[in-house]
Amino acid sequence: MSGGDDATEQRQTDGDAPAVREEEAAAPGSGSFGGARAPGLVGGAAWTARELTGWARWSWRQLTSMRVALILLFLLALATVPGSLIPQRDANPVLVAEFKERHGTLGGLYDRFQLFDVYSSVWFSAVYILLFVSLAGCIVPRTLQFADQLRGRPPRAPRRLTRMPAYTAWRTGQAPEGVVEAAHGLLRRRRFRTSPAADGGSVAAEKGYLREAGNLLFHVALIVMLLAFAAGQLYRSEGGKLVMVGGGFANTLIQYDDFRSGALFDVDGLEPFHFDLDEFHASFHREGPDLGTPIDFRAEVTYWRAGDDDNEGRKATIRVNHPLTIGDAKVFLIGHGFAPLVTLRDGQGEVAFAGPVPFLPQDSALTSSGVIKVTDYTGPDGERDQLGFQGFFSPTFRLNAERGPHSSFPDPDDPVLTLTGYHGNLGLDSGIPQNVYQLNTRWMEQFTDDSGEPLRVNLRPGESWELPDGRGTLTFEGYERWASFQISTPAANGWALTGAVGAVLGLTASLLIQRRRIWVRAVPDPDGPPGSTLVEMASLGRAESAKIPEELADLAAALQDHAPPLPEAGRTGTGEAEESGTAEPTPEPEQEPEQEPEPEQEPEQEPEQEPGTAAGPSAEPSAGHREGAMP
Amino acid sequence: MILAAEAGLADVGKLLVYSAMAVYTVAFLAYIAEWTFGSRSKVARSAAALATAPEGGPAAGAGEPGGGVRVTVRAAGGGTRELTRPKVVTRSAAPGRDGIPDGPGAAGGDERGDTYGRIAVSLTVLAFLLHFGGVLLRGLAVQRAPWANMYEFSTTFSMVAVGGFLGFLAARRNVRWLGLPLVTTVLLDLGLAVTVLYSETDQLPPALQSVWLWIHVSLAIVCGAMFYLGMVATVAFLLRDRYEGRLADGGTPGRFAASVLERLPSSVSLDKFAYRINAVVFPLWTFTIIAGAIWAENAWGRYWGWDPKEVWSLITWLGYACYLHARATAGWRGRKAAYLAIAAFLCFLFNYYGVNMFVDDSLHSYADVDG
Ligand code: HEM
Repeated sequence: MSGGDDATEQRQTDGDAPAVREEEAAAPGSGSFGGARAPGLVGGAAWTARELTGWARWSWRQLTSMRVALILLFLLALATVPGSLIPQRDANPVLVAEFKERHGTLGGLYDRFQLFDVYSSVWFSAVYILLFVSLAGCIVPRTLQFADQLRGRPPRAPRRLTRMPAYTAWRTGQAPEGVVEAAHGLLRRRRFRTSPAADGGSVAAEKGYLREAGNLLFHVALIVMLLAFAAGQLYRSEGGKLVMVGGGFANTLIQYDDFRSGALFDVDGLEPFHFDLDEFHASFHREGPDLGTPIDFRAEVTYWRAGDDDNEGRKATIRVNHPLTIGDAKVFLIGHGFAPLVTLRDGQGEVAFAGPVPFLPQDSALTSSGVIKVTDYTGPDGERDQLGFQGFFSPTFRLNAERGPHSSFPDPDDPVLTLTGYHGNLGLDSGIPQNVYQLNTRWMEQFTDDSGEPLRVNLRPGESWELPDGRGTLTFEGYERWASFQISTPAANGWALTGAVGAVLGLTASLLIQRRRIWVRAVPDPDGPPGSTLVEMASLGRAESAKIPEELADLAAALQDHAPPLPEAGRTGTGEAEESGTAEPTPEPEQEPEQEPEPEQEPEQEPEQEPGTAAGPSAEPSAGHREGAMP
Repeated sequence: MILAAEAGLADVGKLLVYSAMAVYTVAFLAYIAEWTFGSRSKVARSAAALATAPEGGPAAGAGEPGGGVRVTVRAAGGGTRELTRPKVVTRSAAPGRDGIPDGPGAAGGDERGDTYGRIAVSLTVLAFLLHFGGVLLRGLAVQRAPWANMYEFSTTFSMVAVGGFLGFLAARRNVRWLGLPLVTTVLLDLGLAVTVLYSETDQLPPALQSVWLWIHVSLAIVCGAMFYLGMVATVAFLLRDRYEGRLADGGTPGRFAASVLERLPSSVSLDKFAYRINAVVFPLWTFTIIAGAIWAENAWGRYWGWDPKEVWSLITWLGYACYLHARATAGWRGRKAAYLAIAAFLCFLFNYYGVNMFVDDSLHSYADVDG
């Protein structure tokens, strides 16, 4: 990850100013950042400005530090939880209303804390916005740093290679220059970026830059995804429409039963098309353990796009999971049901109402409930009146004590319409918008039998109900089917997908590729026999991976082709040397795995140095970016 | 509709799952025997290593990849010559813990224990084959991907976990210690599957009829199973780390720790193993969520709708992201990161069992076309 660490490192370096200045702060008149306060108004203003910018910079560094990023990430995970446990207004307003009814005070409290709208709440937004600000503040410097590294060369070998996480050494009879040259060639062939030292005694190599690139790509992709998501919310639209078989829908605002759109959605931008629902097919399992569960739903439609000839529509089938895409819009099949066909003759024998009335399914066997409102009705005595009916449509009728009338199968094997009736005022002109699926019986009187019990009838197709007191007849003619559709106009989906693909690719590169450095040094060995050369190799990987020492072993084996070990020195490394007790050319292992400063401003640094360790910009991040190397 | 032949397949499939359970049970006993016999060995390597290795010093013999391995190097001329790879000395994350070697494994070097361990592994292979057959027949019987309800999901899930375990063994990873905890939970999982979760359902509701079922759900199962292995390793890491810590502080661990934890791989190895699994699976899990989003866009017209299943996938994802981040943040490595990984896995579990059972307001309940 190196690159990132530089950035973090740099931030860290001046980021701990407050701690550093604590002593100063103790002195009167001094600030955390501003230094001593010069007397007078100007001095005060300057001091305040210095203080403010100091604290602002400090806060920014905190915000963009790994630790705070981690905390924010964790907070985001926590903040996401309640929305899955408490009903959300956006997804299910009915459940929210029920919840509030059942738990009065708690409901109020939840409302106060926006717990019914978690994902658009102030606190949720605050967490993710902070996180993404932190992310942006993190990426920019890291990218610059990475670009620098790409331009630069791998850093020169540290003086003591033994301190590196993986190390090996042996003695050879070859001349140092030849060994270094061979190592250089070897590393280049293995596609390392290499940089031989000016003195010719060592070579440095680095590989796996794609890791940092992948990591940056991943983090940038997260931002792309967030922006795409936000744009999607702002520019999208979505609406529902219930269409009778034989009926149709045109994509204009007024035709929708319900419509939601993002704040920036342009209603005039609705994709111009219309479609007719020609047929609807539903099939269900008729036996076995899945009795009554759906097999397939199909809506056969004919649609026209703007400019299409009226006579020649295009045919299409819409199924669950297989929406119809028309331009920017997508038409989804989301539900279906029955609409009983009823004819109502009033007291005068005139047809006061005729037509299909969609009933809404209540269960998987399609027991459907609905209401019939007859506004234009004249009573037996010629008085104006209104009628309302409420009831159930059961495609396959069953009646039992426990559930009353209900359906036992979703296909219309034995369709029955069960109704109770009212007359009086439907309350439609009360000014309050009414749900077409609900009857307000406040100002209505129920039809009752002689003993005052409410009348309830079960009608089969073709049967009629003689309303009491000569109020007319209601005939259940049959039923039709309807299907409901959702018409969505998504926005920025392409961007979201691009971001997602980038995130996966970046992550894969970031997590699977190892970035590592390898140093080879060959110097005349003063302790060995005359003319012998000490070859040392070390590698430093970002993550602890077994592959990195293995690779070093591989490379060393390959290099030994050119620089065969001297027999008495054997193929030795420190470990074995210690075990065998033979005198070895390797320096003593250090007690402290601290690395020495590298010659260049070098990245391989812990993403976050413990505060205070880096005293200033000149304090070189030690090469010990390895986890084990933390002081 | 189930044809008679298919019903027969389904029954045979279920029978295979029952047989697998029987064999897993025997394997379980064999693992127990391995651990029991292994407890007689009193080698106490960790303590010895801690006693000899100076704090922070790179200790000899610690995780030397390629150390002393013979490799054959092909010379340019076509001839080959044997050469021993140079020894590489490594240092790792926890200074002072470097020198601690991996435990000897459940058998603890005991010969009888080792025999039982081999028997246990062989039985696990057999059980896995039966298990696999059970899942396969189920798929053939219902003529679709065999992972559309909780029964199918659970059987496939544990099958993949065992498959992963055997795969690691085949790759010569030091994972035999995983056998006992794994088989125990597999038995629990299968027990639940054939009783509480069993479902005859053979057909897919229309909402699930999509190629994305194959992609999204199978990936989710693979991720879950591998995350599970990672989680077991993480728990083992925490235990072993505490044990090593106590030894390093000069304390004497309890008898259980001394006997059982001593035989586990070192905390450094366990941590690496868990990290590697989680790091490899995380991009896959990311892709799983994205595949789900694409499917949701196809089925419901929006790729993200804060549905409880989606939310918990995200929480799981954030959990693992926290874990990976923590490992790159000073002061958060080791135990703290491990706790995060465990929390993330619990989120994954909750998503599969919890959300299905306790959160009913989910589109993912597949009840109806409206769903
Ligand atoms: C939306 C929030 C974020 C998510 C989901 C996220 C996720 C991740 C993941 C999964 C990794 C592991 C990949 C790897 O190890 O290479 C990672 C690495 C990293 N992230 Fe983030 N990150 C987020 C925000 C940030 C922020 C705000 C920063 C800046 C402080 C940051 C800096 C880093 C760095 C430096 C690494 C490299 C660590 C390493 O290589 O081990 N990330 N991030």
